[in-house]
Amino acid sequence: MSRTFLGMPATAPRGVGHLRGDEPFPAAARRALADPQLRRNLGHATTTIRARSGAVIRELPDWEQLRAAGSAIKADVLARLPELLEQLEAAVTAAGGTVHWAADAVEANRIVTDLVAATGSDRVMKVKSMATQEIGLNEALAAAGITAVETDLAELIVQLGEDRPSHILVPAIHRNRAEIREIFLRAMPGVDPALTDEPAALAAAARRYLRQTFLTTPVAVSGANFAVAETGTIAVVESEGNGRMCLTLPETLITVMGVEKVVPTWRDLEVFLQLLPRASTGERMNPYTSMWTGVTPGDGPRAFHLVLLDNGRSAVLADRVGRQALHCIRCSACLNVCPVYERTGGHAYGSVYPGPIGAVLSPQLTGVEDNASLPYASSLCGACYDACPVKINIPELLVHLRAAHVAARRRPTAESVAMAAAAYAMDHPAWYAAVQRAARLTRLAGRRGRGLPPPLSGWTIGRDLPEPPAQSFRDWWARR
Amino acid sequence: MRVALMVTCLADTLFPAAATATVRLLERLGHEVVFPAKQTCCGQMHVNTGYLADALPLVRRHVRTFDPYDVVVAPSGSCVGSVRHQHAMVARRAGDERLASRAESVARRTHELSEFLVDVLGVTDVGAYYPHRVTYHPTCHSLRMLRVGDRPLRLLRQVRGLDLVELPQAEQCCGFGGTFAVKNADTSTAMLADKLRHVLATGAEVCTAGDSSCLMHIGGGLSRLRAGVRTVHLAEILAATEETGAAADPTRTAARA
Ligand code: SF4
Repeated sequence: MSRTFLGMPATAPRGVGHLRGDEPFPAAARRALADPQLRRNLGHATTTIRARSGAVIRELPDWEQLRAAGSAIKADVLARLPELLEQLEAAVTAAGGTVHWAADAVEANRIVTDLVAATGSDRVMKVKSMATQEIGLNEALAAAGITAVETDLAELIVQLGEDRPSHILVPAIHRNRAEIREIFLRAMPGVDPALTDEPAALAAAARRYLRQTFLTTPVAVSGANFAVAETGTIAVVESEGNGRMCLTLPETLITVMGVEKVVPTWRDLEVFLQLLPRASTGERMNPYTSMWTGVTPGDGPRAFHLVLLDNGRSAVLADRVGRQALHCIRCSACLNVCPVYERTGGHAYGSVYPGPIGAVLSPQLTGVEDNASLPYASSLCGACYDACPVKINIPELLVHLRAAHVAARRRPTAESVAMAAAAYAMDHPAWYAAVQRAARLTRLAGRRGRGLPPPLSGWTIGRDLPEPPAQSFRDWWARR
Repeated sequence: MRVALMVTCLADTLFPAAATATVRLLERLGHEVVFPAKQTCCGQMHVNTGYLADALPLVRRHVRTFDPYDVVVAPSGSCVGSVRHQHAMVARRAGDERLASRAESVARRTHELSEFLVDVLGVTDVGAYYPHRVTYHPTCHSLRMLRVGDRPLRLLRQVRGLDLVELPQAEQCCGFGGTFAVKNADTSTAMLADKLRHVLATGAEVCTAGDSSCLMHIGGGLSRLRAGVRTVHLAEILAATEETGAAADPTRTAARA
């Protein structure tokens, strides 16, 4: 049990987990944009969630104060994270749980695999969790001969479809009900071949299949939304009741939790349990909120293990500007309002964390060079910042990471040369005026250009350039 | 009042009509406009693309140029946003605290055009006449960085002859985003396609906004579609009167349509 890892920030290791995509964002986005079904599904789903969430947020007169409180609590947590984690460890241990510290995905996967193997079970059921997606736990378990069954409906659709999640909250948001029916018919054991694509019928089919799993699987793996340092209480919020089953029925419960999920006191939950459902699903109150403290004889699991996961988080914490990405409570509001996400979907981001938060979190967890295209996957429109219930200034972080990427580059690129030249001209007004005139002449000399040379050619794929004016403003002013 | 015009590099170079209109409008309202000739660019493109070191001399130049003036006005929400939210940050990251506090002081004296008219001058009826069907796109930086709110709409509602139609899903980004439009050209174009669909649905002949950059983007798309809808900067509409109607003719300044 090492407690010193918080002092040595390492980024998440390569070759394990799902924080890195196979190709840069623009290339992946281009493919997604060409899929009309995906565009329709996403447009419909995000528009619906946006409207619902907006309506219940407007009901609360103190929403802005709640956001400020959520942000302040998270800032406090990050300022004294090691202390709070040790307090959490002590409280969980005192309540009969066991705490494990995992420096990275490899270690976390090994800890969980060993714990499951020790129970003798070759099957675990899972409550939807971003942390276990992040570390690729299902693959690690499979390699050890252990089957993981996802019990969240959308996550199950993704798993049966051998697909990747594309949204934090609704991993199958890119699928419509006709596609879901096909997946169930193809991959769900014992499914009724007469299954229709009625949402109720699809849910019932999943329920029948999962009920069997709940009753026969002795080990469950979950994530955590919050962990209270003061009491050692872990909280999972979900809306289908599958989580409640997984958290109470098995003999052994293993929870994998990113270290930033700790909150200092029980009272702090009051703030987050108001913020999260309204921002996330547009509900006033979360349907199933499960909280447990260690183990309780005769009630629920007999063994409880808490795995505290770093996997690059200490590196994020070390960056004073960047660390606010660790405020995130995974509500997915920023995805739902993002005009980029709405059109490209989540897969284009490569990492399990898509959308605006993914664009600032993934590059920090992996080191910006391993996700270098993500900080640019935004028009900086700012909708995410307005929507975020814990006030993460995502546009500021995007610019911060772009600067980190530019600063880390050793060799000049066409872009850096152009930027330096522009900055030089703009710092020398006479030169600047000459460049303005020259540019105008070039444009006038050529045909009314439809095409610009690379790297600017992207502009002219769907837009014309403006006609150059007869004179610049400063020329007009000088002759006035 | 003596007003220093922050023209913005884009209006200076490509859209001077927005800048000349700003001058005409402010002078018509009885104010003296000066143009500090040493200004060039606020450095936003550099900052937003990650070139903070290259932006530093531009911030320094901007602060030096505008520090002597009590009131600075720019026909751009985005560039005012950069002055307010980026200049001090760039200076601080370079360790120049003195420049940062001067930048903050200049920022406090810098106003986007609609803010200046409504908040500082207290006018919404600027005496304009513009007999066209117009829809207004609230650009992201005006909307979310500056929070100009409905100020531009209040100004437009007072323009005689103007038929203002609401833009559906107005608050969604048009997809410009500076170098985003180049680095993520496909995504940017997809965003633009939806914006154009909404603009066309209004049946407006003119789409206006407070930023030449977004108008360049939307106008470039409308032009490519040969849509017959023009983009015109808010300043040009507010500067137009019965007398200067011809000078304010949108065809002179719009993207090809
Ligand atoms: S960044 Fe904010 S809005 Fe986005 S998922 Fe996290 S908490 Fe929600």
